[in-house]
Amino acid sequence: MGSIMGRLGFGLAMMVAVVVPVILLTESPWWLVLAFVLLLALWMAFTRTGQQSWSVTQVGIATIPQRLGSSSVVVVGIAGVVGVLVALLSMAAGFETTLRATGTDDTVIVMRAGAQTELNSVVDHDTAVVVSQAAQVLHNPAGQPIASPELVVIASLPKISDGLDGNVEIRGVGEHAWELRPNIKVIEGRKFQPGLRELIAGKRAAGQFRNLNVGSSLRLNGQSWTIVGAFESDDSHDSELWGDTDVVGSTYRRGSSTSSVSMRLTGADAFEAIKAALTTDPRIKVDVTTTRTYYNQQSEGITRAIRVLGITVGVIMAVGAIFGALNTMYAAVATRAREIATLRAIGFRGLPVIVSVLIETMLLALLGGVLGAGIAWAIFDDYTASTLGSNFSQVVFAFKVSPVLLWGGLKWALAIGFVGGLFPAVRAARIPVTVGLREM
Amino acid sequence: MKYLHLVWAALFRRKTRTLFTLLSILAAFLLFGLLDSVRMAFANAGGSIVGADRLVTMSKVSFTLSLPKSLLPRIQAVPGVAEVSYANWFGGIYQEPKNFFANEAVADNFLDLYPEWLMPEEQRKAFKATRTGAIVGQSLADRFHWKLGDKIPLQATIFAKKDGSNTWIFDLVGIYHVRDAKLKSQENLLFFNWDYFNEAAQFGGNSTVGWYAEKLADRGQADAVAQAVDRLSADSEHETKTQSEQSFTTALVSQFANIGLIVGAIMAAVFFTLVLLTGNTMAQAVRERVPELAVLKTIGFSNQSVLGLVLAESVLLLLLGGSIGVAVSGVVVNVVRARLGDQLPLAPLDSSIWLSGLALMVVIGLVVGALPALRGMRLRIVDALSGR
Repeated sequence: MGSIMGRLGFGLAMMVAVVVPVILLTESPWWLVLAFVLLLALWMAFTRTGQQSWSVTQVGIATIPQRLGSSSVVVVGIAGVVGVLVALLSMAAGFETTLRATGTDDTVIVMRAGAQTELNSVVDHDTAVVVSQAAQVLHNPAGQPIASPELVVIASLPKISDGLDGNVEIRGVGEHAWELRPNIKVIEGRKFQPGLRELIAGKRAAGQFRNLNVGSSLRLNGQSWTIVGAFESDDSHDSELWGDTDVVGSTYRRGSSTSSVSMRLTGADAFEAIKAALTTDPRIKVDVTTTRTYYNQQSEGITRAIRVLGITVGVIMAVGAIFGALNTMYAAVATRAREIATLRAIGFRGLPVIVSVLIETMLLALLGGVLGAGIAWAIFDDYTASTLGSNFSQVVFAFKVSPVLLWGGLKWALAIGFVGGLFPAVRAARIPVTVGLREM
Repeated sequence: MKYLHLVWAALFRRKTRTLFTLLSILAAFLLFGLLDSVRMAFANAGGSIVGADRLVTMSKVSFTLSLPKSLLPRIQAVPGVAEVSYANWFGGIYQEPKNFFANEAVADNFLDLYPEWLMPEEQRKAFKATRTGAIVGQSLADRFHWKLGDKIPLQATIFAKKDGSNTWIFDLVGIYHVRDAKLKSQENLLFFNWDYFNEAAQFGGNSTVGWYAEKLADRGQADAVAQAVDRLSADSEHETKTQSEQSFTTALVSQFANIGLIVGAIMAAVFFTLVLLTGNTMAQAVRERVPELAVLKTIGFSNQSVLGLVLAESVLLLLLGGSIGVAVSGVVVNVVRARLGDQLPLAPLDSSIWLSGLALMVVIGLVVGALPALRGMRLRIVDALSGR
């Protein structure tokens, strides 16, 4: 009975010993972890038990070359987990960053009430005029409101990558669109001329679809359009083609109606006022959102989907890697059984043994984490991909391997190393000395 | 076969190590099952055989642009077209945006083109007879607990009604189901009458349709018919693009992401790790058993037998862990599909996933077993027994 209780107690203690540090590790910021490492180093330098731990650890690390094959299982296994995790999360981060960069707090987008996206929204000419005359809209030096009635439509064009048709977004913009989005730079050719069938292509769109180079022409509904320039905005507008709202509207037979009106406010604090003014105006039925909120919402679904995929895959791989690490470290402890027993026979306590095995595993794990994160960074940082955005057209984005993601990957590596090292460490410290000496 | 007990005993000589290795293999093949199910779900979207005798005609510029209804009799007259129908995307939302499902306004003969959607005859009649009638797939009905006679309100995102309201209310008069498990995702649609849509929509109706669907008289004539249909509107302001249903979905799916590439890259990372891990286990196992293998040889086992024994052991290890892993992923996929319907793109695990899984297990088993097995085969009895 007593032994059953004892085993139960040991099991519970091990569970706490696994769960608590892993949670602490994954939740703590980098400086806390660094402080802990420093503390550990001080402990090893200045206390008796610490010094013992250090010397046992040194022996362990020195014998790694003899166990290169099995040690590399820990390193490569963890590198795989961290690499896949960082790559998938950097994809989510890249998409999110691209869309979030598109919005600001002091510009608003006005769409028909109930429309979720610009593609679904229709704003007639009269409404657009009422909206742009709101008192909170900023005026340019010439005294005109900085408001752009915009029409979002889709064209189906062959992609460069596989020749299959993809959707590219064509955005008809008003004359004030350039003042509204001062971050947009023309990098080649010129802006389109209002009234003409001319388009200027975002640099990502031009890299994604065939025949969008400056000077080429494309046919839409029996009409020929010319690409007269290329622009760069470093946000989701990079995936669009821009033309004159009225001309795009006539090609797509949309009359004088548009999809939305985007406007610059006198300041971010004017949002509540303009929202109240426009949504209560009996003449019109519109929704008013800041562009930051609008583009954040657009990124949410896909970002969440990729994160869930990344973490699911990461967790399953981590479980596999933990068992790999357990195998390796149990084997390592077994081959060192006699040495460890000897140490304990001459008076070393259990703690230095546990600490040394743990440190050895976590160093291997850290190496794996650095390797995996490094490979993910080398291959995927700035890797471009595209997906269907909520306007049903291709949004091109670059993967973003940020320091935060790299650090997150390293924390996963350390956590896996900790769990994979703890059980063999405790086993090493608990083998009765007599059994250990007789081993092999 | 007669050596199975021998292989089995060797495998479980070190229980903990074998168990941990099995669990690693299990995790890898669990991932394999799940990811392949995702890949299949995307591949099936474009690859259904049943749709091979249907074409879709859309605006050449973009499928968001509508076409005049006046094309209908002209397409009907094209030789090789057995039947034509048409539909409009509606894009309504049930209660809140996250409940997304596709809903379309369809002509009254639309269902005739889709014999794989099964529905009782009286419900078909009721759908044609009820102006505000709607039909839904079984999965969708289950997801929202709808039954015949329910009123389903949809919030329009594109098409407001003539009276200015955004709420369209439909009467559920029919529920169809699909027999083929791979096509279950087609049960997540709601259809209602195009005539009602055309009358009640504020704009966007105007006797225009989103796309035409044509049933071919002869599957082999698909290209000729498609070209003939597109010629009808060549150089007009409503140029069309006609393609098989299959190539339309393939192109659409390819726009989401290169699923094959992502899944392939993850699997490569997983299996590379797995090969190293099990390879290490097998190497350890053989190293420990060198004296035993030597004894086997001493009592008359040939070199080839020893090679076979070690290879069999590693293949068995992979098959054990891998099969359990794929089986677990099958359970997970079924549970997720039952809970969430088709919100996640997961195809049920069918024989093709099992077959490729088993093939992988055998190949990896042979690869990781090869070096240790060769070592076992090349053992010289004298050296091994004397511990050299």
